[in-house]
Amino acid sequence: MDGSRAETAAQIERLLETEGETVSENLTDLNQGRYESVDRLDEYDAYKTRARSIKADAIERLPELIETVSTAVEANGGSVYLADDADDANRYIREVVQEENAETVVKSKSMTTEEIECNEALSADGVSVWETDLGEFVLQVADESPSHIVVPAIHKSRAAIAELFNETFELDEPLETPAELTNFAREHLGAKIRAADVGITGANFIAADTGTIALVTSEGNARKTVAVPDTQITVAGVEKLLPTLSDLQPFVELIGRSGTGQDITSYVSLFTPPVETPPVPFDDPDTPIADGNRDRTFHLVLIDNGRLAVRDDPQLRETLYCIRCSACLNSCANFQHVGGHAFGGETYSGGIATGWEATVEGIDSAATFNDLCTGCTRCVNQCPVNIDIPWINTVVRDRINRSGDADAFSFLVDPLVPDTQPDGLDPQKRFFGSFERVATLASKTAPVSNWLPKLPGVRSVLERTLGIDHRRELPQFKRETLRSWFHSRDGPALDTVRRMAVLYPDCYTNTVHVERGKAAVRVLEALGVAVEMPAIRSSGRAPLSQGMIDTARSHASAVAADLIPLIDDGRDVVVIEPGELAMFRSEYEKLLDGERAEPIATASYDLFEYIYGLLENGGDLTTLEGAAEPVAYHAHCQQRTLGLESYTTAVLERLGFDVIESDVECCGMAGSFGYKSEYYDLSVDVGTALTEQFQTPATSDRTVVASGTSCSDQLDDLLERTPRHPIELLDSHTQNS
Amino acid sequence: MPTPLETFESSLQDVESSVKHTTPQSLEATLKTVIERPAVGVQLPFEECSLADLDVALDPTPRALQTAVCGITTAVLGIATYGTLVLEATPTGSELSSLFPDHHIAVLRATDIVPDMETAFDRLSELVAAGRGDHVLATGPSATADMGSLVYGAHGPRTVTVVLVEE
Repeated sequence: MDGSRAETAAQIERLLETEGETVSENLTDLNQGRYESVDRLDEYDAYKTRARSIKADAIERLPELIETVSTAVEANGGSVYLADDADDANRYIREVVQEENAETVVKSKSMTTEEIECNEALSADGVSVWETDLGEFVLQVADESPSHIVVPAIHKSRAAIAELFNETFELDEPLETPAELTNFAREHLGAKIRAADVGITGANFIAADTGTIALVTSEGNARKTVAVPDTQITVAGVEKLLPTLSDLQPFVELIGRSGTGQDITSYVSLFTPPVETPPVPFDDPDTPIADGNRDRTFHLVLIDNGRLAVRDDPQLRETLYCIRCSACLNSCANFQHVGGHAFGGETYSGGIATGWEATVEGIDSAATFNDLCTGCTRCVNQCPVNIDIPWINTVVRDRINRSGDADAFSFLVDPLVPDTQPDGLDPQKRFFGSFERVATLASKTAPVSNWLPKLPGVRSVLERTLGIDHRRELPQFKRETLRSWFHSRDGPALDTVRRMAVLYPDCYTNTVHVERGKAAVRVLEALGVAVEMPAIRSSGRAPLSQGMIDTARSHASAVAADLIPLIDDGRDVVVIEPGELAMFRSEYEKLLDGERAEPIATASYDLFEYIYGLLENGGDLTTLEGAAEPVAYHAHCQQRTLGLESYTTAVLERLGFDVIESDVECCGMAGSFGYKSEYYDLSVDVGTALTEQFQTPATSDRTVVASGTSCSDQLDDLLERTPRHPIELLDSHTQNS
Repeated sequence: MPTPLETFESSLQDVESSVKHTTPQSLEATLKTVIERPAVGVQLPFEECSLADLDVALDPTPRALQTAVCGITTAVLGIATYGTLVLEATPTGSELSSLFPDHHIAVLRATDIVPDMETAFDRLSELVAAGRGDHVLATGPSATADMGSLVYGAHGPRTVTVVLVEE
């Protein structure tokens, strides 16, 4: 392993040991809550669409909304400051705090103040700053940074917090239970709130028309932070502006469900500051509150810090739609295992953090964790504003690729990739991004290509130069490809041709998992499909997953040139590998013009979706092999995002198979990810969550089937049983051989 | 189809809030059964009920606010599907009484229950436009999961009682 890979691997290994378990346990609860809570909301999809369109409109009109909110807040008697960057914001906040002669400032939770490092700026002036959110308070005491944007101390267990408090505060009666810890923190922070001169809050949303600030909380600390001191500063990114108060409604319905898995959090404050509540002068404890000075001061500090520039960046603009709910963190398999201290940059964590860090810090901060997004797309349907988070990660990866320097080992992979990719591209990425060429070459030279890596020293060279972990089994390439088998045999004469279809020979099926391809051909033919298998370029999934967008686009163009005439000629396109199908159905939208993307998306089918359709339309079930064994099935993550996994289960069940389906987010392999030496441990850790599900008393004897190549490779490495593709269960030839 | 009132009540149960039914005439007697002292609060919009007579501090000092165990306020709306109370922050300090004491008692007219969030936002938009700009949508007691598991009573109230007033 080279130096930086070894560092990454060591950091991940450390976090897997120290924080992973607590993060994982806590996230399991949030995830379960989200699935259930979202299920209860009938209008969930409609609200998501509306929320997205409100955000799109708001970002489009952002300059105008800044004017509108300034007018509204000033009319209410407050001040608005638009800060260019973190320093500018801190300068203004420090001035306000100085003008108020404030000694104590209390804060409610705000990632934006983390972003600008407001606490540090105020502390440097000698101001005593207190985080009143209990999670943030724990981190303040521990001097650690948030590992999650909503639940900042998610990596800390109850026991760790108890130990921290007992040691730091030298308590005679040690604290133990969550209730005791909560009471202690409440009392401790209660005193700080009573003494506070200024309260600083963030904002989840701001209604521009009325100047109303929405704060989504549960503890009540934000309410106290606003109510008690007579001076309130609200710090918010400009993207928090929504046109009107009524625009808040879908977001209020979505944000708690998407984040902590609550239908709604305990408190959604809608304050139009300066607020009506009289401030509470606890230093004058015996004068009725309402008799005191009621004057309040309010400052809204809107932060640009790169946001307005990203608004003009068509690829990353959607980052500004993010409402920071944390659904993309919680639903991410890698995040679940390491948390935000690995899967995060300077401030933000999780999938969308790549967009945020690129916006507010720059590409270098995003580069430190961007590879942890495997593009599995599990977050896509979880995002309440439908941001294509994997795409943002891919775009940033592409930009990172272009920002690097040429590597010493580049010459190894130079012949593999066309010149569209920059010199600075990491050889590991270049290698995996060129899988089609690797596979073609390896298949041509098989079995030499298969035993070559087994020679002494070869794996260690592969690890040192390309970062391919020596513990991973390499794919076994077949000399006879699926296509050469297909074209060398005498296909059956079909009595009636029900459909004509191109079975897409993706390079995994064509050169490695050839048997599943043969089974697919025979099953389709048994159902009356005239199968064709012309040579077609690989979809571009491999280069895309390495951030090589230009290369992926050239694959897409080549595929379109090959496929569209066939589609125009009445052929369906049947795809075995779910990741390839996802290219056709989703990613091509971004890589090709609509005229080419649309017909491919419409004509292409998941293999089992297609078989299901054939059976629904009178296909003869009896031509297929029936239930011989109980099955444990793992669907591919991209298949689930497209809502296609149910077809496999439905077809198998129709044929009498008893199917138990896994419900983990991801297998952990994710294409090349699990092969990379720096991520091998994490990949195995994530994969273990899956294999555990297949090793219960109810599943341990079942035949394991998986739809994706990666999933199947991972299961093969981690389970005793060799997984098969579900199509092989339907094929009498495979079943009887 | 359950009525909004029925939905509201079942939602309240889901969010750890208890309910007392009463009428304007019996409001004072009902409150007597749930109030703990010392208590703070704001005058209720019911002629039939005087909180001062119930020994509730209506113009509390900071000390009284800090020592109160019970706070009584009105809720301007109830949102049926969520069991949410809309609490207006008024110049009389309603926000403080609903926030500092351990037990919050919210008095709500059954006629102010709206079926859903959408209707609630229609009403809120009107209120804010009319200059009543500060509201909290409060659902159940304050809570935190930051200390290892769910705990009710973080910085705000630990228990919530809704007194529903029906004519």
